[in-house]
Amino acid sequence: MSHRSFVWLCLLPLGAVTVAFFLLPMARLVVTGAEGPLGFAGYLAVLTEPRYRATLINTVVLAAATTIVTLVVATIAGMFLQRHRFPGRAVLVAMLTFPLAFPGVVVGFMIILLAGRQGLIGDFSNRLFGEKLVFAYSIYGLFLGYLYFSIPRVILTIMAAVQKLDIGLEEAARSLGASPWAVQRDVVLPALAPAFVASGAIAFATAMGAFGTAFTLATNIDVLPMLIYTEFTLAANFATSAALSVGLGLITWFILALARSFSGSTVAAAG
Amino acid sequence: MSAAAGGGASVRIEGCGKTFVDGTRGLEPATLDIARGETLVLLGPSGCGKTTMLRIIAGLELPDTGGKVLFDGRDVTSVPIEKRNVGMVFQSYALFPNMSVADNIGYGLKIRGVAKEERASRVAELVALTNISGLENRRINQLSGGQRQRVALARAVAIRPGILLLDEPLTALDAALRDRLRGELNRLLRTLGITTIYVTHDQSEAMELGDRVVVMRKGSIAQIGHPREIYFAPNSRFVAEFIGAANIIEAPVENGHLVLPGGRQPIGGDASLASAVAMIRPETIGIVDAGGAPLCGTIDSVSFIGDRQRMIVSAASDKPLTVDAPNTVQAKAGERVGLSIVPQAVRLLPPEG
Repeated sequence: MSHRSFVWLCLLPLGAVTVAFFLLPMARLVVTGAEGPLGFAGYLAVLTEPRYRATLINTVVLAAATTIVTLVVATIAGMFLQRHRFPGRAVLVAMLTFPLAFPGVVVGFMIILLAGRQGLIGDFSNRLFGEKLVFAYSIYGLFLGYLYFSIPRVILTIMAAVQKLDIGLEEAARSLGASPWAVQRDVVLPALAPAFVASGAIAFATAMGAFGTAFTLATNIDVLPMLIYTEFTLAANFATSAALSVGLGLITWFILALARSFSGSTVAAAG
Repeated sequence: MSAAAGGGASVRIEGCGKTFVDGTRGLEPATLDIARGETLVLLGPSGCGKTTMLRIIAGLELPDTGGKVLFDGRDVTSVPIEKRNVGMVFQSYALFPNMSVADNIGYGLKIRGVAKEERASRVAELVALTNISGLENRRINQLSGGQRQRVALARAVAIRPGILLLDEPLTALDAALRDRLRGELNRLLRTLGITTIYVTHDQSEAMELGDRVVVMRKGSIAQIGHPREIYFAPNSRFVAEFIGAANIIEAPVENGHLVLPGGRQPIGGDASLASAVAMIRPETIGIVDAGGAPLCGTIDSVSFIGDRQRMIVSAASDKPLTVDAPNTVQAKAGERVGLSIVPQAVRLLPPEG
């Protein structure tokens, strides 16, 4: 057996698994999406039907907001945690990464405990203003939940990237007269850009597709995974739910590809 | 040359010590004056405190309480580096990877709000001065080590700093390139005439570039002087051995002569000593006929190096002597030879050194 055919033989199991568990179901999903009364036009309905379109925009806005706020919070916290040593630092880092272990259901439960009808925030606002502030069962509660489980993932990536930053670059910029803000803008943030794209992509994709938290909070939140669930299980509308699934995948993939090429081109454009 | 900033500033550090957070002493309190336009080299093995001293002058480290840094007589101890107007070249060069060569060089000017046209002409001037024409639009990762070094220097000089600080700028380069750039750097520093503080562990760099050399050891200054002074008149065994090759001889003294196993060597100077620690540079020892020579020995080995030959001569002193003889001298291992050393070439060192 030649070396080459040996390598091909070793790749065979991977090939079989890819075909059986990835390509075939994907193909089936695409076909199912076109089996509705509208045929392949069913895919267009995802964009043209007002309810679907509104849900789609809602989901993208929610995921984008989650990503941006997560990046801002995680960058500031990650930079501070990586650059400073203080008593209790290890405990704090461990606590920040603790939510990694929770499934979406638990995160949803915690949001209800915080901002639900019997929640802490409601109690507090009731005592202060005589009115209960309840937002757990809305897209705001979902936003809070997604932040809660995106931050740990992003913070770890950012901390690793900050650790690899060459302090000399910052010192060089300072020696040339750069203020602390200018150092961040011209040196630190550009150097962290790849970490932002990588961790931001994970946060975005998770927020686009997560289901458990939304399902725990309420069944009428307008996000795509919930819509797919209701179309599929309640309305038994297989074609539409398949079309929505494919749409969700494509849109997430497209936005991630866009972010990646954008970050690549800004790095190039700066040069 | 318009790049010259009027000779730059004078520097004085006064009682500057540095104790690190973990309690180790990086630098014993030191006082040092650097004249306007002077090139001062801080030389020493790693961990001797030379980089710490440079970083205190730069404003990247604060000296321990009581220490002061003065530029042109003005106390800048609490002034952060971004306001000190110092140019700095780092060992790693620390070039900004997200900017082109031209943007790197012009960064300090951009931060200072210099207009685009003026910035471009200043960058062009420095590109010409540092011999990197044609590389302006390159990215940093497309440059060789030598080119990076030039860009780092151009960037540091672009802001017309009062003081130029260089932290082992040639260490990352290979030997041949290092020698060439050393000569170039020397000419450039003379042209610019900026006050320069240069940190290195390489004694030949220190000799070539320094108007004065500060030899450091374990956080304190061992000796300050002109390169010739440091080389020919070291004040301690450490300096003698750190700078160049040195034969250190411990021997009793009789009537102004070192009494050695291979004979007697006149030392000149203080004849009343009973014993001495002396340093003799290898190139100051001449190989002569054994007959009639006051000091004799046996050649152990001869290594031909090209421009000279290095011989190890035993039995002359308590330890084998290293001799650098001209490459024309005919001598073989095993041969008995005389050693001729003028008394002035024997440098007495303090005994405890």
